[in-house]
Amino acid sequence: MNGNWVEACAAGQIEVEDVMRFDHAGRTFAIYHAADGRYYATDGLCTHGQVHLADGLVMDNIIECPKHNGRFDLRTGQAKRAPACRDLQTYPVRVHEGRVLVHLG
Amino acid sequence: MAIEVRRRDYRLAGRDSRLAVERGLAGAQWYACPIPRPRLKELMRRRDGPALRATLLWFALLGLTGALGYFTWGTIWAVPAFAIYGVLYCSASDSRWHECGHGTAFKTPWMNDLIYQMASFMVLREPTPWRWSHIRHHSDTIIVGRDPEIAVPRPPDLVGIALNFFGLKSGPKEFREVLLHCFGKLTEEERTYIPATEWGKVFLVARVWLVVYAGVIAWAIAARSLLPLMYVGLPSFYGAWLLVVFGLTQHAGLAEDVLDHRLNCRTVYMNPVFRFIYWNMNYHVEHHMFPMVPFHALPALHAEMRADTPPAYHGLWAAYREIIPALLRQVKDPAYFVERRLPPGAFVLAAPAAPIAASGQPALAGTALAGDSQP
Repeated sequence: MNGNWVEACAAGQIEVEDVMRFDHAGRTFAIYHAADGRYYATDGLCTHGQVHLADGLVMDNIIECPKHNGRFDLRTGQAKRAPACRDLQTYPVRVHEGRVLVHLG
Repeated sequence: MAIEVRRRDYRLAGRDSRLAVERGLAGAQWYACPIPRPRLKELMRRRDGPALRATLLWFALLGLTGALGYFTWGTIWAVPAFAIYGVLYCSASDSRWHECGHGTAFKTPWMNDLIYQMASFMVLREPTPWRWSHIRHHSDTIIVGRDPEIAVPRPPDLVGIALNFFGLKSGPKEFREVLLHCFGKLTEEERTYIPATEWGKVFLVARVWLVVYAGVIAWAIAARSLLPLMYVGLPSFYGAWLLVVFGLTQHAGLAEDVLDHRLNCRTVYMNPVFRFIYWNMNYHVEHHMFPMVPFHALPALHAEMRADTPPAYHGLWAAYREIIPALLRQVKDPAYFVERRLPPGAFVLAAPAAPIAASGQPALAGTALAGDSQP
């Protein structure tokens, strides 16, 4: 832990264009390794159906929910396809000494 | 002591709807077969090629049979030509509507959206209401009072099923709803699963449909010929029978109120022609458990899951040897259902903790986890 920055995983732990679940302090998050090589973080549950997005599919900058195929822009959290209508909360991410850190505020 | 079994209330705003929520069956967590993440990612991968090739072939066959119908109109040869055209127009649209609604058929989103709108019209399902009803169907598959797409409520309406082979029950209902939507209204049930933000789309598309149908009818009257309606409108009825034959295999006669798709869905092996028409929806356990896997990858997904699922049915006849007696029995005994046996060693969910006697229908298996109650 470093201030409000919380260590989520090692940088190499998530393949490019993939997502991993990260649970912390009773909350669940999704950590992404996007096609552009950067890491992103959002709330872990789809805003439509309370399903873990970490079981979904990352396509470019989109995360698709595994249950109903709702889609979000993983960089901004913006809902892009029904049934997802409400945006996801996003969190700043940085990589420090090979570790992915998420700022949980 | 005799156990009183009352009829289930399949309405989405009725008694069993409230019970399903109380029992934690709404928006619950469902069983999923364990598949390694790297393999699942491969299976989920989207491609345009398979759906593009299948769609081009579909259009070509529609054009060919439509042309045959035109040139043989007035002769007996028009009957087989339009019989095939109708199946391609309506029954094949069922699976196109379905796959493109999930957004998995094509990799390119606009292709999914275009074919979704086309196929919705051809299979006579309004795109927005059915998109949201299908979302609910996937959230709460065969949960009484929650799933708007339970094709065979108990006791089965055998006459209704027979009528639907030619869309004679579902078609008029759909047209009544199109008219209702043209006036800017929704049914009470639709209000339970279509978000208010989507209502405008419902009304717009209904009005477009009305204009199209009015145009085709006007054309037929002006031409004093049934021929225009043989291409647009009537095939949604005379070509619907195969859709019903395929569709009934999905869930009919199986358990209600279980949180395990292995127990309330069927996977039926089909020949390549049927799988082309049905876009592999015969792998229905697989589709429900992993809806993000596109149709072309379902056979491979089936191979991954096979050891953890009840055996698949070898053909339509094998499925109907189970379905027909089950439905006939359910007419007299609505509590009856076909219990699917999991293979030895398969993971079994715990029985539900909530009391269920009030519903008159025990669940087979499944522990409902708290979830939301969104569409």
